[in-house]
Amino acid sequence: MTPILEVKSVRKTFGGVVANGDVSLTVPEGKIYGLIGPNGSGKTTLFSCIVGTHPIDSGSIKFRGEEISRLRVPQIARLGLLRTFQQTRIYGKMTCLQNLLISVPPAALAWRSMLARPSAAEVRKAEDLLQFVGLHTKRHLRAGDLSFGQQKLLELAMALMSEPRMLLLDEPTAGINPTLINGLIERLRRINAELGITLLVIEHNMRVVMGLAEYIYCLAHGELLAQGEPAAVKRDKRVIDAYLGAH
Amino acid sequence: MTRRILLTAGLALAIAAPALIPGWRTQLSYLLMMIVFALTWDLLGGQMGYNSFGNIVFFGVGMYACAVVQRDLHLSYPATLAIGMAVGAVLAVAVAAILGSGMLGLRGHYFAIGTLGLGIAAGELASGWQFVGAGGGMVPPQYPGARGGRETFFYYLCLGLVIVTFAAMRWLYAGRFGLAINAIRDDEDKAEAMGLWTTRYKTAAWCVSALFLGIAGAILGNISGFIDPRETAFAGSTFGVWMVLMAILGGKGTLWGPVIGAVVFHVMKELFWTYLLGWQRVALGFLIVVIVIFFPVGILGWAREKWPEKFGHLVEETVPAEARG
Repeated sequence: MTPILEVKSVRKTFGGVVANGDVSLTVPEGKIYGLIGPNGSGKTTLFSCIVGTHPIDSGSIKFRGEEISRLRVPQIARLGLLRTFQQTRIYGKMTCLQNLLISVPPAALAWRSMLARPSAAEVRKAEDLLQFVGLHTKRHLRAGDLSFGQQKLLELAMALMSEPRMLLLDEPTAGINPTLINGLIERLRRINAELGITLLVIEHNMRVVMGLAEYIYCLAHGELLAQGEPAAVKRDKRVIDAYLGAH
Repeated sequence: MTRRILLTAGLALAIAAPALIPGWRTQLSYLLMMIVFALTWDLLGGQMGYNSFGNIVFFGVGMYACAVVQRDLHLSYPATLAIGMAVGAVLAVAVAAILGSGMLGLRGHYFAIGTLGLGIAAGELASGWQFVGAGGGMVPPQYPGARGGRETFFYYLCLGLVIVTFAAMRWLYAGRFGLAINAIRDDEDKAEAMGLWTTRYKTAAWCVSALFLGIAGAILGNISGFIDPRETAFAGSTFGVWMVLMAILGGKGTLWGPVIGAVVFHVMKELFWTYLLGWQRVALGFLIVVIVIFFPVGILGWAREKWPEKFGHLVEETVPAEARG
């Protein structure tokens, strides 16, 4: 299986705080992998390192065989590696539909299409995606007026609009009501199966991550603590200790 | 439909104005320039979220460039004016591109403060540069036509510029360019994380703003008949501040807001100068305070909050089953 993302010995410190000590992980193309760990274990920092927000101190990050650890955020995004945020980031004063229309694949944002109008096909795709995340009736509402959970769904739709090869999802189900969560899991599976987008998911909801991911990495104190199939990780003594605070 | 009728009526009135109220032609020309100021400022300040206090630089550059062309090119008046306007526009855009590559890396308040120095610096430079008349200023050539023809000629030139500027903004905002700069305003980090070429869009936006301001400067230098480096060209404390106020008064980030704001502001300002002479600056200061306190979202923003249904559809809630009965 060819790896789409290879993280090798990544180290990131903020002053004296070691957020990621020596983290290595690999995600094969076309899979759904999970990333778990107690609060403050460095999961989100690792995401930020991968997409270029925090330049790493040492180590290597390869996306589709290409070294990306020295590239800047937009350059990495244009390679087809996107993330969503734990605290949602959407364009608050624009409507939901507009949020999607400006999230078109980067190739459609280059010089020659700078002055273009959104095409009928793009509008249709945007409406389909809003339907997909259940926000179609709210498409002309300002994104900033949506609830937190709805903003999370909108952000997911924006990421999909951009047709990435891989998505890093930071707690996609946080703040979403339990009945919607089942639908969301189903949607994430469909994204993976139908669109072939590789997913790496940070998740605190164990039921979600155990059901969704086929392989799980567990971080604690900035180090990789355990990895393996969901069932194995769930039984791992060290993982249980880390979550319950014995570590 | 009503909107179209209103627009046509307004345009007809604007075209007929010199014949109806000939005494007001120069005054109205200034009003039209104010609309260009507000529209071009709002492109950055309203639509892109970059509050620029340095846009006056492009205006001054256009004004000086045109005056120099008119002085040094020995051709007919219309020819030198046309070439002067073109050179002014090109130079203003070039300055915007150069400044933009440095300044637009600054965000929020840092950008605002950074641009504040630009206008002042430009004024000082111009008043020390002998080639453009230094502190003594410049005098653009006399309009050659018949008496009274000058005011009408420049009125229509200004009207043309306003229409072109407005149409350009409307066209830009309707497409991807408008969406991109709105995205930058709402969350620039997110826009970058989505792969947007943000620097490119930001610089392009400033260049568009500079293009129309450069032409406005070229025209206004000729209308005023005398170019003072600090009072006319790089007039940061008057035009430079007013363009910000007019856009805010009308409604930042809307297409019509700057137009409405410019008209209301200019009329109020002229009323103060006529009826409150001696106290006009106090009254203007008071007006600014009133604008900031009572119209923080502008006239159009306030209207949108009051009558949201007039500003397009917002929600399409499906009627709950029990309500349908």
